[in-house]
Amino acid sequence: MRDQSPTTSPPQFEDALGRAWREQRAAVLATLARRLGDLGLAEDAVQEAFAAAATSWSQNGVPERPGAWLTTTAWRKALDGLRKDRFPVERDAQPFPSSETSAVDSRLHADPADTSVDDDVLSLVLTCCHPALSSEAQVALTLRHVAGLSDRQIAARFLVSEPTMSKRLVRARAKIRAARIAFDLPDRTRLHERLSEVHAVVYLVFTEGYLASDDGPAVRLELCEEALWLCRQLHRLVADDAETTGLLALVLLHSARSTARQDGAGRLVPYDEQDRTLWDLSLVDEAKALLARTGHERPGTYQLQAAIALMHAVAPSMNAVPWSRVARLYKALLRATPSPVVAVNQAVAVGRADGPGAGLQALRPVLSDDTMANYLPLHAAHADLLCRAGRVEEAAAAWRAAAALAVNPQHAAELLRRARAATSLAP
Amino acid sequence: MKYMLLLANAPDARDDSASRPPHGVDDGVIEDWAEYTLALRDAGVLVGGHALHGHETATAVSVRSGKRLLVDGPFADTKEHLIGYYIIDVPDLDAALDWAARVPNVRTGTIEVRPVQPGSDAATVLASGAAPDAT
Repeated sequence: MRDQSPTTSPPQFEDALGRAWREQRAAVLATLARRLGDLGLAEDAVQEAFAAAATSWSQNGVPERPGAWLTTTAWRKALDGLRKDRFPVERDAQPFPSSETSAVDSRLHADPADTSVDDDVLSLVLTCCHPALSSEAQVALTLRHVAGLSDRQIAARFLVSEPTMSKRLVRARAKIRAARIAFDLPDRTRLHERLSEVHAVVYLVFTEGYLASDDGPAVRLELCEEALWLCRQLHRLVADDAETTGLLALVLLHSARSTARQDGAGRLVPYDEQDRTLWDLSLVDEAKALLARTGHERPGTYQLQAAIALMHAVAPSMNAVPWSRVARLYKALLRATPSPVVAVNQAVAVGRADGPGAGLQALRPVLSDDTMANYLPLHAAHADLLCRAGRVEEAAAAWRAAAALAVNPQHAAELLRRARAATSLAP
Repeated sequence: MKYMLLLANAPDARDDSASRPPHGVDDGVIEDWAEYTLALRDAGVLVGGHALHGHETATAVSVRSGKRLLVDGPFADTKEHLIGYYIIDVPDLDAALDWAARVPNVRTGTIEVRPVQPGSDAATVLASGAAPDAT
């Protein structure tokens, strides 16, 4: 990208600016934030630098090292602002016109060999996901400053008003500044402790998009894409971390099914009714290759979940899923993270491997757990096992119980449809 | 950067010898507190600290409409009570959190880590001439 001629054509400089925004914004921001100790000031300075680039690059050509140009310019803007003491406090600026969708798309296929940003971005991610911040704030900060979404976009995705989201972000940044949460990378041991926090945030962003917990659209693909992009960044930075690899594989495998999960009307298609030809096999292959590279000694929870998802993804049909292996993987997962939620999934796998009777047997302890009474998937799994055991009336009742717990109206409709289908099977 | 570590215990934890404050303890746990305080000093991060008498010795004072109100007890009716504090000077929050995780009562109580406002200590305020009688 070398062109110092003052006659740079608009598309060329816009491309360069778009590229810089996608690939270098987070690194420039991280550098500024570390030097200023203030994420808000740094973000404003970076926005101003991009605004300056829009003017300067179109007139003077694209600099040889755009990242360095932006960093220097942002730094100067920050110093100017501090000196004049009239720095804008908050701003929601999208500094250039390139469409948000195309930005996300091209980031999905960003060149993984480009490692120029590395430690800066990782330290920024770690700061945003610092355990001293609430998990809500962690997610919002990560989307705002690492993924580069605007306050307005994040507010829309979490269905709060823009001022509410802005306030939340301002408070979180104020805590980072006042409590001096460092922008430096922690040592290796701490880093690996902290990675689990980052994984949780990234996976939360993904699952929030994958099956929205609110009454908006059932699937918010942009959140899934943000999470996938974050996973890829993280994996590029700590490729040797098995759980990071596992998380990327897991998100890839879920993403592979995203087209098949909704029909033309936006209705959720249940897993066992999905058209498997719609699954994105390139993502499946990528996940498979990633998992093959991770060690098999004491795999972590994301690796185990990814291994389970892979079993599903490579099977040509529901019946071809190696259910006994899936059940064994769930057993390992249950050992790693004992939870009734995992127990439900294990019971489903046992039900497929050894018949609905065995599945119902495995589900019994969870059914008698009072704390699980409002857990929708438990009732759905129970209903499915009952249905396959021929106990259709009980199955219909269980589907209805599940539907009553569904927050998402589309999800509820789908569960009620199943209840009716089960009843129609009754003799 | 200075941080205050506010040490809090649940009231019923006060009978648990492992979580007692440093003073007036006669069962050897005082050694844990001494050891911890020495560790802070040896690391060069200790600014100060005190242990407090129990919350049952507290008196809350307020003035409303010019009238002084006294209430027997601590100012906040919380599950945990302040038993003492340290002020430490460390580079960043992570360092402060590491020290907080080593306070002797951390296994039964809770340590609140609060950043101290720079330049807000009484001596600095007096020296800056902000107080009316600083001259």
